[in-house]
Amino acid sequence: MERYQITIINRDAVFSCKAGQSLLGGVVSQRQKAIDVGCRGGGCGVCKIRIISGDYESKKMSIKHVSADELAEGLALSCRIFPNSDMVIEALD
Amino acid sequence: MRKGVMRPGHIQIRVLDIEEALKHYRDLIGLIEVDRDDVGRVYLKGWTEVDKFSIVLREADEPGMDFVSYKVIDNAALDRLEQDLRDYGAEVTEIPAGELKGCGRRIRFKAPTGHNLELFAEKEQTGKWGLTDRNPEAWPRNLTGMRATRFDHCLLYGDDLEGNVKLFTEVLGFDLAEQVLDPEGNKAAVFFSCSSKAHDVAFIGHPEKDKFHHASFWLDNWQDVLRAADLISMTDTPLDIGPTRHGLTHGQTIYFFDPSGNRSEVFCGGDYHYPDHPTVTWDTGELGKAIFYHTREINERFLTVLT
Ligand code: FES
Ligand SMILES: [Fe+2]
Repeated sequence: MERYQITIINRDAVFSCKAGQSLLGGVVSQRQKAIDVGCRGGGCGVCKIRIISGDYESKKMSIKHVSADELAEGLALSCRIFPNSDMVIEALD
Repeated sequence: MRKGVMRPGHIQIRVLDIEEALKHYRDLIGLIEVDRDDVGRVYLKGWTEVDKFSIVLREADEPGMDFVSYKVIDNAALDRLEQDLRDYGAEVTEIPAGELKGCGRRIRFKAPTGHNLELFAEKEQTGKWGLTDRNPEAWPRNLTGMRATRFDHCLLYGDDLEGNVKLFTEVLGFDLAEQVLDPEGNKAAVFFSCSSKAHDVAFIGHPEKDKFHHASFWLDNWQDVLRAADLISMTDTPLDIGPTRHGLTHGQTIYFFDPSGNRSEVFCGGDYHYPDHPTVTWDTGELGKAIFYHTREINERFLTVLT
């Protein structure tokens, strides 16, 4: 099965995601703590990141935590981002 | 002093995707879908509930709670409570009958913690789902998922707990059944009952107003809570914590998240409360045990992850 390598530039961390797995799901499955884990449904905002590069699909996330402008700038909730390629991201908190 | 508020009537929860939310509330928790309306809201209830609905799901861009409503014994009590709320200084809005299908006139006001609260006296009664009220069987055989029996309470986060104590006890006639106090005597959490349940609604202190922590559904026993835990694993539903027991109210419980990040609880057991009972107090120094009686450790996510 396809696995994508995800680099968190400001945490010195690398993990991988299976096809169909969210960024946060990948972090959790490898017992990493690089991103905070909350509701895992795009509602609470604790898993917020900035996307630097890579292809992905996304699911709807709470507009309270990621506004339309932020979304356009590459900010996102990592539990709602599903990689389609290797990605580089920045953890925020 | 009780003023005719009987029980939680319904809660309207915002979700990011209504069909995904139904997989959670209907198929996993096992609530019964009873109706939909022309603005796309879906109405559900637990199978033991006599009134037509207790959960309303609304699709929106931000999850959380729109409002929670309490049912009052009759229209005369509703009129008295409305006047009491105005005298207390609340801004009261009238929501006409039928705005929620099958529900009578509602009066809406804001709690000092910023939450939208409502009272109503009339709702269509469709009876316990799958049973008649003449020689009823013990339970209907075609339930799904966790087979939750009713919407029991919600826990909300907000800033002005003292204000809420005044509103709930002096104006609405709830009892302060349990509380958490810090060493200076400030309230960190307040649990209110308008019945003989340990709580009908609870609030935890938090700097931001109008936050939603969880909606809770009743199960009959600990075995059902363990079965719910199995279903959470089988469906890969995000788990928050449990199965465990709370110190506060002593309920046996498990917490998990809906697909939009709203927290759900199913629980059983715990304490009861009568109006002559003194308030039970937990100290913030014992907060770990107050919240999770077995591990006795505060879990950061449980305190801070909200919608
Ligand atoms: S974990 Fe709550 S928004 Fe991602
Ligand atoms: Fe609860």
